[in-house]
Amino acid sequence: MNNPEPLAKEFRVLGTRPIRPDGLDKVTGRALFSDDFYLPDMIHGRILRSPHAHAKIKSIDTSAAAALPGVRAVVTGADFPPIESKMMSQGVAGMINIGDVADNCIARDKVLYDGHAVAGVAADNPHVAEEAVNLIKVEYELLPPVMDVRTAMAADAPVIHEDFYPGAFILPTEKYLPNATRMQMGSGDLEKGFAEADIIVEREFTSETIHQGYIESHITTVKWDENNHITVWTATQGIFNLRDLTAGVLLVPMANVKVVPLEVGGAFGGKERMYLEPIAAMLSKKSHHAVKIALRRDEVLRATGPSSGTYVKVKFGAKKDGTLVAADLHLAYEAGAYAGGPIFLGAISSTSRYNIPNIQINGFDVIVNKPTMRPYRAPGAPQALFAVEQVIDELARELEMDIIDFRMKNLTKTGDLLVAGFPCAPIDTVNMMETVKAHPHYTAPLTGENQGRGLAYTMWFNLGEASSAQISINPDGSVQVTTSCPDMSGTRMTFAMQAAEALGIDVEHVTASVGDTEAVGFSLPTVGSRTTYATGAVIYDIAQEVLGEMSARVALLWETDSELVIVDKGVFSNKEDANLTMSFHEVCEKLHETGGPITVHNSKSSQSFIPGTCVHLTDVEVDPETGKVDILRYTVFQDVGKAVHPDYVEGQMQGAAVQGIGMALNEGYFYDAEGHLKNASLLDYRMPTTLDIPMIETVILESPNPAHPYGVRGCGEHSIIPPPAAIANAIHDAVGVRMNSMPMAPHKVCAAIKQKQAADA
Amino acid sequence: MTTVRIPQPMQVYTQDMEVVQAGGKNVRKLINELEKSYPGIKDVLVEGDRLRPGVAIVLDGKISQLGLHQPLSEENEVVFIPAVSGG
Amino acid sequence: MSKRTHVTTTINNKSVDFLCEPRQSLLEVLRDVLFLTGTKDGCNDGNCGACSVIMDGVLVDSCCILGVEAEDSEIETIEGLAQNGELHPLQKAFLEQTGMQCGICTPGFLMAAKALLDKNPQPDEQQIRHWLAGNLCRCTGYDKLIRSVMIASESMAEA
Repeated sequence: MNNPEPLAKEFRVLGTRPIRPDGLDKVTGRALFSDDFYLPDMIHGRILRSPHAHAKIKSIDTSAAAALPGVRAVVTGADFPPIESKMMSQGVAGMINIGDVADNCIARDKVLYDGHAVAGVAADNPHVAEEAVNLIKVEYELLPPVMDVRTAMAADAPVIHEDFYPGAFILPTEKYLPNATRMQMGSGDLEKGFAEADIIVEREFTSETIHQGYIESHITTVKWDENNHITVWTATQGIFNLRDLTAGVLLVPMANVKVVPLEVGGAFGGKERMYLEPIAAMLSKKSHHAVKIALRRDEVLRATGPSSGTYVKVKFGAKKDGTLVAADLHLAYEAGAYAGGPIFLGAISSTSRYNIPNIQINGFDVIVNKPTMRPYRAPGAPQALFAVEQVIDELARELEMDIIDFRMKNLTKTGDLLVAGFPCAPIDTVNMMETVKAHPHYTAPLTGENQGRGLAYTMWFNLGEASSAQISINPDGSVQVTTSCPDMSGTRMTFAMQAAEALGIDVEHVTASVGDTEAVGFSLPTVGSRTTYATGAVIYDIAQEVLGEMSARVALLWETDSELVIVDKGVFSNKEDANLTMSFHEVCEKLHETGGPITVHNSKSSQSFIPGTCVHLTDVEVDPETGKVDILRYTVFQDVGKAVHPDYVEGQMQGAAVQGIGMALNEGYFYDAEGHLKNASLLDYRMPTTLDIPMIETVILESPNPAHPYGVRGCGEHSIIPPPAAIANAIHDAVGVRMNSMPMAPHKVCAAIKQKQAADA
Repeated sequence: MTTVRIPQPMQVYTQDMEVVQAGGKNVRKLINELEKSYPGIKDVLVEGDRLRPGVAIVLDGKISQLGLHQPLSEENEVVFIPAVSGG
Repeated sequence: MSKRTHVTTTINNKSVDFLCEPRQSLLEVLRDVLFLTGTKDGCNDGNCGACSVIMDGVLVDSCCILGVEAEDSEIETIEGLAQNGELHPLQKAFLEQTGMQCGICTPGFLMAAKALLDKNPQPDEQQIRHWLAGNLCRCTGYDKLIRSVMIASESMAEA
């Protein structure tokens, strides 16, 4: 199969940089985020959370709380309908165990992590609610906590769930280990492969639990009225997902639940589930008021959906000429308190970018006494890349090959079979490598001591899947686009741009908005780098239908056949008479006389597993006395197919890179031996500040995606994946130590340097 | 006959074969055919009258939305993979 | 509920008075009592800067100031940055240079940047980074955000 051809046509709108319509409200503070939402009769909820990592609930006494003046309602797990453990299929997007979701929202018999919700109180103001929560008495019977994957997988480990539905794809007949399920992928013959290798490298790596770190907390306002209708006002990545989960946990018909999306103050995968709505809804039902619950920052860190800590062991074999011949990977990823973490995505992203003829991947989804692991921008991939790209770097250096040349010997190209079992969709991976090699950063001299350069390469896959949209054409030529994918980063602008491009009009005439669950059809959540790509694709289709309908109107006006009407760049013309033309605007003015305004609604499911490539190149300086790593220079290369709005694409590349840098150098949960989260604040969960990083250079590549009319590939996630590996490789280049544990905090780098000095002596 | 790629965990049912052929106008019929030659494989893929939750079908490189009802032809290549989402 | 204190203060050049309990922070007063919701709550313990306001010419985290401390103060919030519908050069720059993505940290950064430019109208990149290190952004990676501040200061110098 060939690489995709560049699109012949030029774009009028795509590639320009108009100002986003919601920007004005954001720079003036007027934008409505979840905590800015008020209802006149609203009261405030607070949640009582378990102080223990693993315990049975023996009793709950809420009488003192209920008696406090100003308290309107109290709920515990007993107030909720029992929900059996049952897989709710989300079609091709996966599955959710609705019983686990319900249990996570409020514990019934057992608490499974420090911060697990146990009870809720609603009161006239948040301070009274907080006081009331502190008056609830809970009796616990402590159980031994299980806090990391290797402990959880030991034969004598305490069992957290007697019964659980395997979270990953395995033979359903047996669980593999206490607290874990196993999935396997691979092909070829490992023994034969390693026998052919001239060089073999085997290494182990660990990483800590990390959080998406969005600056906005979780806040929801819910009203459950006397007609059994529930309305939810909140920031969410998936309005239909939230609707269906709310309905499923509270046993209310889906059509009785309305989710109204508010502006999202950061999510990155952490706001595609449900945490607060059941408690808020039940408090609302009991108190006959709308109830707002706003989580404190420590609750966000303790009790929402972080990303997995991991243990990864890899063994790679290569021939002298750099050809990879065998790879054996063992990846154990935390699932948190319930099965279903990101192990599959971690596994396929670990090696898909290279052709390795003999490969075996064993992936373990491991239950531990931590909150449920939820997606964090390319879930599972940075942790896998941290291991594999360091081993690739080591192999290349052992063979004294250029680090890009080594990779080019093994690149997955269009049509190559991926480890998941199907061929790689079209993408030009060779051009990516050549572009990096030719870039000045690759050969710029390093000017100081203890400085080094590192590179890491990733291939990540977009989801496509179902999106809906609606386009309405107004008699004054203005156009309204409504979609149901919430806007996290400016996507409503990219929808307006794609609609304007397709209709042949200026983007100033298009308004794009996000509707609620009653306004527009089903979309899968804004996840998986799919939004600009998949919702854009359906907008293109709808635009073609709109132009078809408008052509029919023109035919009516010209009293001719509609086959004779053609449209290009917003101008309708007559095939048989070149002088006969009408502009988009002129047709709109005649809409009422020719059949009325035009509205087209449609849904479309776009192809999934669209590959996108990303390379990071970084220069660091290591202080051998303190172990501090300073980033001197950082360049991101990413193939986005077609950059709809280049500023936003660059923003995704830079923002994701800095999250990856945080993961690499500072971020990680710290639990004590009893399983308490000790750094549940933004002081001690240390995310990057303006002083931690330089300007981030970006290089956009465009090898078009044939599955989208304009060649768009999703781009939101990829750039979070390479930083830990790139920085680790740079540290090795600088001071000769291999960091096998993330985050690569100063004390660890220092210890590694000292260890090397002692060994060298 | 449609070409079917068998993921590693299931190759125990197909005598370690990675690629098999089977007939069937749609995926449901295909799986029934596979079960005749490779007993046990149906239980892994099917739950009641639907594709087992967590299993997705890739048809010629594209994810199918139709599950067991996905129509098939001789030129198709089918792969079974875990269903997933992103972040 | 404790007895509430009557506080008189100036917010965005307007005289304002309100009642608040001693335990209510300035952030809570701004948002929940005065409905000036432009100032945001990111952590409520002084570690993210989302609640930044300028108080008597000093940049502060309003979550770390009590409502009662606002007595006789001059407070500037994001609601006062644009004048008569005219955006401040910082606001214009953030829009034109894509200095924001989700927008939740933006009011805090704008007030912090204004406080900087009030003191030092022509800061260089390092000075800007140093001054803004008390404000967290999780979306942008800071690159375009810092550039927005630099471009705003240039345009203000030209004016």
